[in-house]
Amino acid sequence: MNPLQTLRVAIRALLRNKMRSFLTTLGIIIGVSAVIAMVAIGEGAKAQVEAQFASMGSNLLIVLPGSTTSGGMRGGFGSMPTLTWDDLRAIRTEVPTVKYAAAQLSSVAQLASEDQNWSTRVYGTTPEYFSIRDWPTAVGSPMSDSDAEGGTKVVFLGQTVVDNLFGANANPVGQVVRVKNVPFEVKGVLAEKGQSSWGQDYDDVAFIPLKAFQTKIQGGLQQFISGQIYVGAISEPATARAQKQVTALLRDRHHIGPGQDDDFSIRNLTELANAQEASLNTITNLLAAVAAVALLVGGIGIMNIMLVSVTERTREIGVRMAVGAKPRNILAQFLVEALTLATAGGFLGIVLGLTGGRVLAARLHWPMLMRADIIVISVVFSALVGVIFGLYPARKASLLDPIEALRFE
Amino acid sequence: MSTTPPLLALEEVTKVYHMGDVDVHALRGVSLEIMEGESVAIMGASGSGKSTLMNIIGCLDRPTTGRYLLAGEEVSMLDRNELAEKRNRTLGFVFQNFNLLSRTSAIENVELPLLYAGAHTRERHERARVALTRVGLGDRIHHHPNQMSGGQQQRVAIARALVANPKVILADEPTGNLDSVTGVEVMAIFQQLRDSGITVVLVTHEPDIARYAARVVVMKDGKVQSDKRQEPLRAEAAPSDAAVGGEA
Repeated sequence: MNPLQTLRVAIRALLRNKMRSFLTTLGIIIGVSAVIAMVAIGEGAKAQVEAQFASMGSNLLIVLPGSTTSGGMRGGFGSMPTLTWDDLRAIRTEVPTVKYAAAQLSSVAQLASEDQNWSTRVYGTTPEYFSIRDWPTAVGSPMSDSDAEGGTKVVFLGQTVVDNLFGANANPVGQVVRVKNVPFEVKGVLAEKGQSSWGQDYDDVAFIPLKAFQTKIQGGLQQFISGQIYVGAISEPATARAQKQVTALLRDRHHIGPGQDDDFSIRNLTELANAQEASLNTITNLLAAVAAVALLVGGIGIMNIMLVSVTERTREIGVRMAVGAKPRNILAQFLVEALTLATAGGFLGIVLGLTGGRVLAARLHWPMLMRADIIVISVVFSALVGVIFGLYPARKASLLDPIEALRFE
Repeated sequence: MSTTPPLLALEEVTKVYHMGDVDVHALRGVSLEIMEGESVAIMGASGSGKSTLMNIIGCLDRPTTGRYLLAGEEVSMLDRNELAEKRNRTLGFVFQNFNLLSRTSAIENVELPLLYAGAHTRERHERARVALTRVGLGDRIHHHPNQMSGGQQQRVAIARALVANPKVILADEPTGNLDSVTGVEVMAIFQQLRDSGITVVLVTHEPDIARYAARVVVMKDGKVQSDKRQEPLRAEAAPSDAAVGGEA
């Protein structure tokens, strides 16, 4: 008997009991679809986190000024300005792993166009900042070095601010926006960045060149940076090194002895992203493990039904043996039956997992990411489940004594 | 001068079953020769050893001691795979309760031995159709067992037994589940098969059925009690069996 004939005999036997075959397969269908949907959801969440951190900026370090302590009350980071403009210059020029460094001063201000006004966060910074945050200009022109140093009164708006001041689809370039009653000319509109994972709208911002911010918004030049320093490392693996080097540089400049606390802090967003990704990986693996248990239970279901089937069809086995079936023909037939059930379940599970995942994603606004390798692994795994759990019943069938099998009532 | 060797030859065959601590002697030294083209009825009360003898002749079981030569070949020492091959190529079985696969058409049932012989689909189909026509069921090849009468089901079983061109057909109480008229019709088919040269061995406890055989072997207590030849009664074919064996 060739494999194709065996397969045909097995399929015919399964179709003789359609309902039972379907119910047996259901365990595998649920298991495989669960694995696929769970992994897709986990991968989708991971991709979303990656995208969010990418939108914050790549290879990003944020240097925050230190905390104050007055009368036992300790303020949070940034409550005391400890970073100077010289520190910024030193980070930019003296640390080899640093590609860009830019100050980010900020203030909440009321912005007004001809007929609308809107309160938003206004930042003062230099052109490098937009390189660090991978933030191109969508309309108009980007901030130039002469804007930053010359104190030009120009403003760059996020899309949300444009929508609120000028209405959707408007092109505000060249128009005047009053920031704290000081008129600024709109020079550019920034590309949309969307929301952060905690719901903050990245596009609800306005940027003003540093010098103009200091003189017009903040009210005078200061020795200390009353904001943060954004640092872009030369590459992702260099980010951790850059963090160490900037820390060493600042400790040296601020004359902090060994054992003393830093008067600044550095946030490494790559590290944060990796940590979050790792935790998501753990959750994905956990979900997949639970789903794999479902698959295993499905396999046990197949074994159970195959055992029942062998008992029920004892006489059929006897007849087949009497007309010349060898033990290995019987073994192959029942093994192929189990394998067919499991593999069919695997394929149906993929279909259900993909469609179910898509529906779930659309309903709950969860991101989904289908992974081709998981689909292949699920099919292979379910086939393996079929072979492993089919082997025992099939062997039992092949070892039957034809005389007793024929006599079986 | 050459003598034809017997098709089946049992020499001092014994069979002992171990039932817990007790040894059951089902056969206590049976010697029997059956020539090609004979029709033999094996009779005996239950417990006489006739079923055990049948199982050994049918290569479903092996003798404990003694020799069994099937078509000149010693088969008493063969393993399960080799015995399966003998059953497939040389023997055909007919059972009391037909033993057809349910929810399976007549032709698929008849094809079964050819499936294990490794025949191709088209050849299987053609030979099964011919076998079914030979037993008068050429017009019912796609019927399922539950759509057929007992006599028809037994004829499907006979077609299955003869589809692989066996040398011997073994029938275990083939008329046991049939009424007497249908039983005679089935016996007519066996007689026609014998006429075409197939050796027929049937086990029965009904003397009425044994009369259609040319030789009657009576078993008692695991031994052959008597072995007589007789002029067989001719069985009347059923009117619908005009096609069988090409007879009118």
